Amino acid sequence: MKFAVIVFPGSNCDVDMYHAIADELREDVEYVWHDVESLDEFDAILLPGGFSYGDYLRSGAIARFSNVMKAIKKAADEGKPILGVCNGFQILLEAGLLPGAMRRNHTLTFICRPVKLRVENNETMFTSQYERGEIITIPIAHGEGNYYCDEHTLQQLIANNQIVFRYEGENPNGSLQNIAGIVNEKGNVLGMMPHPERAVHDLLGGADGLKMFQSIVTYWRDAHVVTT
Amino acid sequence: MYKVKVYVTLRENVLDPQGNAVKGALHSLSYHEVQDVRIGKFMELTVEKSDRDIDALVKDMCEKLLANTVIEDYRYEIEEVVVQ
Repeated sequence: MKFAVIVFPGSNCDVDMYHAIADELREDVEYVWHDVESLDEFDAILLPGGFSYGDYLRSGAIARFSNVMKAIKKAADEGKPILGVCNGFQILLEAGLLPGAMRRNHTLTFICRPVKLRVENNETMFTSQYERGEIITIPIAHGEGNYYCDEHTLQQLIANNQIVFRYEGENPNGSLQNIAGIVNEKGNVLGMMPHPERAVHDLLGGADGLKMFQSIVTYWRDAHVVTT
Repeated sequence: MYKVKVYVTLRENVLDPQGNAVKGALHSLSYHEVQDVRIGKFMELTVEKSDRDIDALVKDMCEKLLANTVIEDYRYEIEEVVVQ
């Protein structure tokens, strides 16, 4: 299976993402600069965290007009797994691939620490290796992770089981309904503020994020690899 | 040539944590009259005249990029200026 890690000017979690796939998951992975036209050769697309274009105007607002976004939209339409973490999530929101928007954290501070998440939906291609209701520990690192959407959108997210992760216990950023991660209606585009790629080995403080990447591989193998 | 002033603010029903913090600070300076503070962005654009309608052009820019209409409102003023 071949992963793409999209690199924008200002991405800074691209190396962690690459490490998680290459060294822990042991699958093929390549860095892809934001101006490429095609992502056809890749099976899954990862949008890493960071501060693309310095977060100018709004987080993700400029990155969404990058050349590569057309290819990402195409991959989304084709049903390929697309995972946006932190700034990657913000870009997916700005691009309209996921509904809603991010506000400043209600504390007005940048928060960088491990948090507890509840797996609300384990029937996605990103979470099949978790138990439903499982509590996992994944680090967050953001100043704008205060998820917001209007009431109508929220009802849709709930009805379609699109809320994949919620903060468990304390909500660090004030997000609506403790939302930490959502998936699109089709189920192949996931955005989340916590960083699973920073939790892939006990040496990093925990490995709860690894199952997310293993879920993607499991999904892909089931769909594409014929066993005899 | 046009000078365009674009104002972007959080929508009224969206909590503005920055505005709330500033309101608290104003209150601590004993400006108790302050009921609400909303913080936004101000952008000044210099736009060349073309065959495209300036009003439609600016509205388009706001919708597509300058504001995120999920959480933000925008308004703008267009002023025609004579180049010296």
